[in-house]
Amino acid sequence: MRVPCAIVGSGNIGTDLMYKLLRSDVLDLKAVAGIDPESDGLARARDAGLVGTAEGAEWVFDHADEIGIVFEATTARVHRSNAPRYEAAGIRAVDLTPAKVGPPVVPTVNLADHLDAPNVNMITCGGQATTPIVAAVSAVVDSPYAEIVSTVASKSAGPGTRQNIDEFTETTSASLVEVGGADEGKAIMILNPAEPPILMRNTVFAALPEGYDEAAVTASILAMAEQVRRYVPGYRLKNPPVYDEGPFATPGGPAAARVVVLIEVEGAADYFPPYAGNLDIMTAAATRVGESIAGHLAEVTV
Amino acid sequence: MSTAVFRLTDSTLRDGSHALAHQFTEDQVRAVVRGLDRAAVPVIEVSHGDGLGGSSFNYGFSGTDEMRLLRAAVEEAEQAKIAILLLPGIGVKDDLVRAHDAGASVARIATHCTEADISEQHIALARDLGMETVGFLMLAHMTTPEALLEQAKLMESYGADCVYVVDSAGAMTIDDARRRVALLKTNLECQVGIHAHNNLSLAVANSLAALEEGVDQVDGCTTGLGAGAGNCPTEVLVAACERSGFETGVDPMTVVAVADEVVRPIKPNQGVIDGDGLVLGYAGVYGSFLLHARRAAERFGVDSKDILLELGRRRVVGGQEDMIIDVAVELERKAAESAAKGT
Repeated sequence: MRVPCAIVGSGNIGTDLMYKLLRSDVLDLKAVAGIDPESDGLARARDAGLVGTAEGAEWVFDHADEIGIVFEATTARVHRSNAPRYEAAGIRAVDLTPAKVGPPVVPTVNLADHLDAPNVNMITCGGQATTPIVAAVSAVVDSPYAEIVSTVASKSAGPGTRQNIDEFTETTSASLVEVGGADEGKAIMILNPAEPPILMRNTVFAALPEGYDEAAVTASILAMAEQVRRYVPGYRLKNPPVYDEGPFATPGGPAAARVVVLIEVEGAADYFPPYAGNLDIMTAAATRVGESIAGHLAEVTV
Repeated sequence: MSTAVFRLTDSTLRDGSHALAHQFTEDQVRAVVRGLDRAAVPVIEVSHGDGLGGSSFNYGFSGTDEMRLLRAAVEEAEQAKIAILLLPGIGVKDDLVRAHDAGASVARIATHCTEADISEQHIALARDLGMETVGFLMLAHMTTPEALLEQAKLMESYGADCVYVVDSAGAMTIDDARRRVALLKTNLECQVGIHAHNNLSLAVANSLAALEEGVDQVDGCTTGLGAGAGNCPTEVLVAACERSGFETGVDPMTVVAVADEVVRPIKPNQGVIDGDGLVLGYAGVYGSFLLHARRAAERFGVDSKDILLELGRRRVVGGQEDMIIDVAVELERKAAESAAKGT
């Protein structure tokens, strides 16, 4: 049986997520709840045969016994106030805002550890794109320091990101350590206004200790990229991993070498144009997380 | 009271950091600040070349922690204000607070010329901390004067005391610089500044053109030590201004002495516009890519000028140093492919 779910937030992210959830075999999207009755997102929800309501999260609370999982794509402030109410109502929450109420999750890395958590956080687009690679390196060697540069088309960065750019860098840095397994992390975000808009680019630099096994590190990275590609088809390594011999004096201590991984993310163009791989990877990862929670709930009930 | 018609900011210890791969020592910082302070330079900028928090794989790790360098500069300066640079997306608000605690009193917040709205929180925080605040619109040749004005107005609305036209690629002609400064001067209430690079050998000329349009603040670097082929050389600017009738408030011969005795020994060949430096200006590429492109050229056996030209075609912006590796790897692969075809 499919798990009934709802999206709160009918903006860009919520609308793109809607198209992905509508294709799911295990999630049964019932409603998109926004606050602007005239919004394009709500009109599209109604066109798709869903409830498209302007009552916001109140609609979900009013239908609590009909909804198993809620995906929230509003703002950190709104999610922080809704989160305890979802939990009290027994509704699982997948949080696409930077609220960080629940543990940060990356589907290919640590989702299995948090399938029972009442609330999980999707980190950032850059975090979803780069943390798997850092985790792949950490699976093979002890990496003292990981750094990422995430570059997105200016047109794909909304006002929330722009006004809180520190939130992106700090949340992503933390993810490289907490989820990726590096000792220290740093994230950099760049907006590029070129026309036509550039595809999302991410570069991962991971520090490598003395005696690292290059073939093993590369194999781990390639296998991880393949796993991410299962839910983000436009995720690809632009070039093979590049190894540079140091030594490097990183903030996490001295490193013998580094590996540089150059990633490109092309979006699936569900609602955003293909250049917005940054938005696509968030909604694709959230869909994957929701599906895994749904599968887990089914197992538990059986 | 200074009778200067503009305010000079010397950025040797920030932009010059690019030319030294961010390896300034505390002793060098103290010596430069002592000299410039004695020459009555009113503002001295100290930071990693890519601003606070720039120490990284992507831009190069600092040899000495920038907060230590900043505290040393503050200790040495008797009259000069110490400024910092911060690029939102690279540095964060906590870095700004630490710099303020270390004694910095001018915060220069830099964004790409079309992305001013990412600076709102940082400009507001700098003001709350009581710092003088400058908005720094980088690679300003990449947008029209009219679009630049709209971005400058945003920074002014966030509370910037001055907004700079920043020619990060040293790509502006005299007319480019003049038109941008003139438009901002006519339409902004706040001050306007110019930061010029010398890749097309126009840094002093562009600064003088900006002064003719009434620019309020001008940047230089002693000996021109800075990204790309270098910045507007402070000592040359001061001398040329004095001869052009723009009072600087700075003692020319003291700056010349600082240039010759303190800064030039650190990097003796500064001031040469070689092929790579020229190509930066010609292709309109961010000046700090220079040393990174040279290293990548050597590592992958390709021509650094080809890397820079391709970066120009891709319209990469400041901070995208990672794309240098991307381009170099692809040029190497293409060269290998065409060699294979040829045999």
